[in-house]
Amino acid sequence: MANYCSSSSMVDLWLTTAAAARQHVCFHLIPRLSGVVPESCLLIVVGLLVGGLIKVIGEEPPVLDSQLFFLCLLPPIILDAGYFLPIRPFTENVGTILVFAVIGTLWNAFFVGGLLYALCQIESVGLTSVDLLACLLFGSIVSAVDPVAVLAVFEKIHINELVHILVFGESLLNDAVTVVLYNLFEEFSKVGTVTVLDVFLGVVCFFVVSLGGVLVGAIYGILAAFTSRFTSHTRVIEPLFVFLYSYMAYLSSEMFHLSGIMALIACGVVMRPYVEANISHKSYTTIKYFLKMWSSVSETLIFIFLGVSTVAGPHAWNWTFVIVTVILCLVSRVLGVIGLTFIINKFRIVRLTKKDQFIVAYGGLRGAIAFSLGYLLSSNHQKRNLFLTAIITVIFFTVFVQGMTIRPLVELLAVKRKKESKPSINQEIHTEFLDHLLTGVEGVRGHYGHYHWKEKVNRFNKIYVKRWLIAGENFMEPELIAFYRKMELKQAIMLVESGQLPSALPSTVSMQNIQARATPRLSKKREEEIRRILRSNLQNNKQRMCSFSYSRHTLFDADEEDNVSQVHLRKMERRVSMMKGRMSHYLTVPADRESPRPGVRRVRFESNNQVFSADSVPTAHFEQPSTPRTPDAVSLEEEVPKRRNLKADGGGPRGTVSDSNQGELNYQRLARCLSDPGPNKVENYPFMS
Amino acid sequence: MGSTNSTLSRIPNVEELMQETGFTPAHIVRLYDRFEALDKEKTGHLRPQDFGAINRLAMNPIGDRIIGSFFSTGQETVDFHSFVRILAHFRPADKNRPKDPSMPQPVNSRTSKLKFAFQLYDQDKDGKISRAELLQVLRSMLEMQVTEEQLESIADRTIQEADLDKDDAISFEEFRKSLEKVNIDHKMSIRFLR
Repeated sequence: MANYCSSSSMVDLWLTTAAAARQHVCFHLIPRLSGVVPESCLLIVVGLLVGGLIKVIGEEPPVLDSQLFFLCLLPPIILDAGYFLPIRPFTENVGTILVFAVIGTLWNAFFVGGLLYALCQIESVGLTSVDLLACLLFGSIVSAVDPVAVLAVFEKIHINELVHILVFGESLLNDAVTVVLYNLFEEFSKVGTVTVLDVFLGVVCFFVVSLGGVLVGAIYGILAAFTSRFTSHTRVIEPLFVFLYSYMAYLSSEMFHLSGIMALIACGVVMRPYVEANISHKSYTTIKYFLKMWSSVSETLIFIFLGVSTVAGPHAWNWTFVIVTVILCLVSRVLGVIGLTFIINKFRIVRLTKKDQFIVAYGGLRGAIAFSLGYLLSSNHQKRNLFLTAIITVIFFTVFVQGMTIRPLVELLAVKRKKESKPSINQEIHTEFLDHLLTGVEGVRGHYGHYHWKEKVNRFNKIYVKRWLIAGENFMEPELIAFYRKMELKQAIMLVESGQLPSALPSTVSMQNIQARATPRLSKKREEEIRRILRSNLQNNKQRMCSFSYSRHTLFDADEEDNVSQVHLRKMERRVSMMKGRMSHYLTVPADRESPRPGVRRVRFESNNQVFSADSVPTAHFEQPSTPRTPDAVSLEEEVPKRRNLKADGGGPRGTVSDSNQGELNYQRLARCLSDPGPNKVENYPFMS
Repeated sequence: MGSTNSTLSRIPNVEELMQETGFTPAHIVRLYDRFEALDKEKTGHLRPQDFGAINRLAMNPIGDRIIGSFFSTGQETVDFHSFVRILAHFRPADKNRPKDPSMPQPVNSRTSKLKFAFQLYDQDKDGKISRAELLQVLRSMLEMQVTEEQLESIADRTIQEADLDKDDAISFEEFRKSLEKVNIDHKMSIRFLR
């Protein structure tokens, strides 16, 4: 028991150290430094310090255990990357990415391995015992671009989407190549000889590993999506399914020596659209936060351990070998990228510029995967220590030198950066319009191009797949509507944050019955007023930039989000249940536009289950502490039932001059437009976010 | 090469066409083959029915608009030159073109592509996308899946977001501005060989 406690407290200690280290390193110690130096570097330095400390004490510093690495530390990062992978740029560039990942890595491995073998033949180096296969094995370990390192560095520099997805995609997809090459060469070096048949089998093996990995991942992804369809009664464990299935995908494929990383990515990508359509908003938030948390912790631990392992690990330093390795890695990467781009540009619609090529080449960082693979080499493998030392040197070089200088270089070369953009309904509509247009033009041209296949996949998805994997009636909902809804909710949240909408509602108040439906009886004038207010609100409203970034560190989230969405959800429920009656209410909440806080304004709504006939128009009052201030205050009548006994007003809506809060109007707008005949199953309104 | 030349010689004014659109002879030949394949009755002109025979266009939500864009106002048929000119909009832009403001924009520049897309929205050619036109487009894209109310709200919001001069319609400049973050060259180009 004591042993168990002590070992788990060790783990705890490590984790706490890691978290604290990250916190301090990032924010407190030297804020400006963290702007210049990427976090990964700082964390490695921390690791070095910790390792040094432990050594000074006299203890044996722990080395990054490969088992721990591959089973616990790596999956969260990859899942995070795969789940939030931006699909559109990925699929648009998938050909290029695959070429870089497969052919680029192969080129790197053979170039580095071959030339190192040539080097080792030179007597003066003193490494003649290293044979070709060992060199090739080493080449294959050190040639793969590492997703963890790439993520850590690229996150901060906000490079344009194309280059980002190229480097990042390559780092993810080259796992298959690495796995195959590593296993092959390890086997071969045990056996000693290679035949043509072996090479052929190697190629076959590659396809099996990669496609098998993807298949396993996709199967688990579909299973997860299917399961999420039925979780409407057990919302609490929805996130668990996501994590479980993904991890099972990873484990299963690793078990069969398939590519675990590709399985994980495939699982995340396949599962996401359907799961998000099915799960509740809270589950989605949970998943998002957990993924970010785990991947953050993993990343921190990995880099710290790298530092510690450097101090700890057995080293065999050979100047020539190490330096030549570093140089060769750089050279092969540059040559590979240039050569491949030359070929690829013949097939691309939008060519890769020299600047793009440079960043892709320079961004080829190596990281912990290389180290772990090296560590996995059996300890009676000759030259293991030599290899490890060289690998660590390469990793240090790429992470420190390249990682630190990439940002100034990006600025120096004026590479296109990522444009932060607000989600815009215009952009969505026009992009979809252009998609249709391009598909049509491809049809005229008679060409089965990118858009054609995209269209086919979408159609297949809509007709067959969504039906099975999405709960309730939601599978019919077109993407544009989902997007619009998302936007409106985000705006409502922002308005709550900025205080224009009461967010903390006292328990007596139930905003549960905000019926908002436009009726034909809205007079023209009224409509004009509404429109004018909304328009002016849209301009005045300081909308925060919501960027759909794949950065781990920026999460769009207001703390209010849950609060508002709770309110919102309850609202929706009530509204749908009230749809049966013919209610004609439209909502205005006049409020003070100028005040930053809602102040003492009390808004009273009451739940009401009565059905009103068409011509009775109940009214409601609002207690306003402040007087109307804005000159162009326009009023719209708020018609919400106040008490059980309604005051029929006859006539039409009556306007009272008071301040109008555009924010609230927007909220009303939101409410109104969301008053669609939603899914019949009301209580578990799935939220797409 | 021989067949290319012979095909080219059958097309009148082919030099001028290549100059204007920037297509290479190989492109032109491909397009001519396609034109002849569509022109089932060998009249040398395409009619709306010929376009309608293309299955993919029939299924397309905005297929009729696309077909309509090939026919300039008043014309009943499309000849090869107009066919090529319209398709030239979708050629990938030439990156090294010197930016000379005095010269007219080539037909596959970003502005021309956007203008083409704009004209597809703006059916009555008044230079603005009115709310009604936007509603029509939304209706055809979203088919039967949404209520009229939702469509109206979306249209309203779209116009509010884009409309800077408050005329309740989207002009070309506003349209262009709302798409400034999109890589139009990438989004509106297709391959012309193979």
